Amino acid sequence: MNLHQFWNDLVRYRIILLMLAPGVIFFLLFAYVPMVGIILAFKHYDYAGGVFGSPWNGLANIRFFFESGDAWRVTRNTALYNIAFIIVNNLLQMFTAIFLFEVGGKWFRKITQTIMFLPYFISWVVVGAIAYNLLNTDIGTVNALLKGLGMEPVDIYNTPAYWPYILVFVSAWKMLGYGTVMYLAAITSIDTEMYEAAEIDGANIFQRMLRVTIPNLYPTIIILTLLAVGNIFRGDFGMFYNLIGNNGVLFSTTDVIDTFVFRSLITTNEIGMSAAAGVYQSILGFTTIMVVNYAVRKYDKDRALF
Amino acid sequence: MSKSSGIKQTDRQLFAVIGYTILAILACLCIIPFILILSSSLTEESSIVVKGFQFFPSEFSLEAYQILFKYPDQMLKAYTVTILVTAVGTALGLLLTAMTAYCISRRDFKWRNHFSFFFFFTTLFNGGLVPWYLLMVNYLHLKDTPLALILPLLLNVFYIIVMKSFMSAIPEAITESAKIDGAGDFLIFIRLILPLSKPALATIGLFLALGYWNDWYNALLFISDQNLMPLQYYLYKMLGNMDGMRKAMMGSGAVVTTIIPTEGLKMAMTIVASGPILIAYPFVQKYFVQGLTIGAVKG
Repeated sequence: MNLHQFWNDLVRYRIILLMLAPGVIFFLLFAYVPMVGIILAFKHYDYAGGVFGSPWNGLANIRFFFESGDAWRVTRNTALYNIAFIIVNNLLQMFTAIFLFEVGGKWFRKITQTIMFLPYFISWVVVGAIAYNLLNTDIGTVNALLKGLGMEPVDIYNTPAYWPYILVFVSAWKMLGYGTVMYLAAITSIDTEMYEAAEIDGANIFQRMLRVTIPNLYPTIIILTLLAVGNIFRGDFGMFYNLIGNNGVLFSTTDVIDTFVFRSLITTNEIGMSAAAGVYQSILGFTTIMVVNYAVRKYDKDRALF
Repeated sequence: MSKSSGIKQTDRQLFAVIGYTILAILACLCIIPFILILSSSLTEESSIVVKGFQFFPSEFSLEAYQILFKYPDQMLKAYTVTILVTAVGTALGLLLTAMTAYCISRRDFKWRNHFSFFFFFTTLFNGGLVPWYLLMVNYLHLKDTPLALILPLLLNVFYIIVMKSFMSAIPEAITESAKIDGAGDFLIFIRLILPLSKPALATIGLFLALGYWNDWYNALLFISDQNLMPLQYYLYKMLGNMDGMRKAMMGSGAVVTTIIPTEGLKMAMTIVASGPILIAYPFVQKYFVQGLTIGAVKG
């Protein structure tokens, strides 16, 4: 490529480049500039020095993060929660979509689908209020029901063991409508001739579901799972923070990398360690995406993300 | 729907029973929490304290709402902030998303793949929360400014990709013929591409608006000024710190001697904060469905 040609292209695409400028500046500033800030993980941050003037302190932040014992806990929690979310949510959404598609009654379908989409539209703060309403030890609905049945109330907010189930349930609840639509779109695009052929072969409705519908959903399942697996080390901060907040009693089963990074930055003000944990998360995430994408490419080129 | 009558009738009936039951249960699970919140907000406080939150108010009371609307200043401020941020953010974000997507959808633009990758890469790798936070606060000085609520959600790579795949489906001949007629790139975008992209614009606009309306995270990070608190963050504060908010709500001069129905007030505030969404969502839902369907076809 010579300079003259490059100059000509610049002139030729000047309007397009001008139109791209805001977007490019935005991502340059808010996504690429912070990448430079990764050096903070290797610095002892002080306000006077800022990002560039603060003194280096080598791997101390990273060592501190790993020696604190939090690293393993938050990594494990983040990964396990996301794996549970991927499996439970996808299965639930897929079967809900199949039922919505197969069950008759236009009104019934419409109403149930609308209701199931409701949780997606509300903020995590409202979900937090709902969780409080249900789970509060003294006045929560769950305990009111238990008391009504003559059973002992349960101290849910102080019992870590319950939270994996609660969080998986809440995630499934909030994302049900959204994911169901994705699967419904995929089911609607299945060639009806396949169903007719299955019928001629004498398939009953369960066989038709297992042999025609579900295999035809594999591409959708794969792409949704792929996208989710790439984010396996990224916790949904809104969910964890609004349901658990800073309740240290529950951290053993609820602390994820994102809540840990946030707490270190805002609450305890350990900027260096927070940055180190953030970099650790980014590298884990990047590696996962690359490995998964490579594996999928080997298996089937068209299914890969890039 | 494919209603193949040939499929064995008993299986179909069994399937229908299972299907109806499961869907009905799921729908109930999705709506019951909202009924609970509503009924709790309408229950007499003393009854909540003794019996807990209930499905049906045993002692009906509008007190929580009365108190909420008696001192509406802070709530109205929060509503105003949220509405303004949502309006400005959605309009600006939509324009920039469409413009960016248009550029990388133009097949005759030589560097479109380079720019696409430039955007896409930010979803693969990032600097983490800390450098971004310090950039916003220490270098751009956006703490306690409306921009801190608008900028973080302004552009989203996923939306750009969805918009781009929609625009790529617009026949190239349209752009070509406009060019022959002497239209510039910007004019083509405004006069031809935008009107043809209405479905995608509606979808992405709704996604953006919902994101802004429900945002509390950026307020949590960047807003401490009471005048700039958006609605969801105000609710968050109120759920966590009733005493502080009670004072804020009533103004520093007011005498806070009356017994405030704390629990009922929390639930009433939740209803008021999500109210507009709850009313609007059945109408906007179908656009979401259309948009998700477009997105699902090309991931």
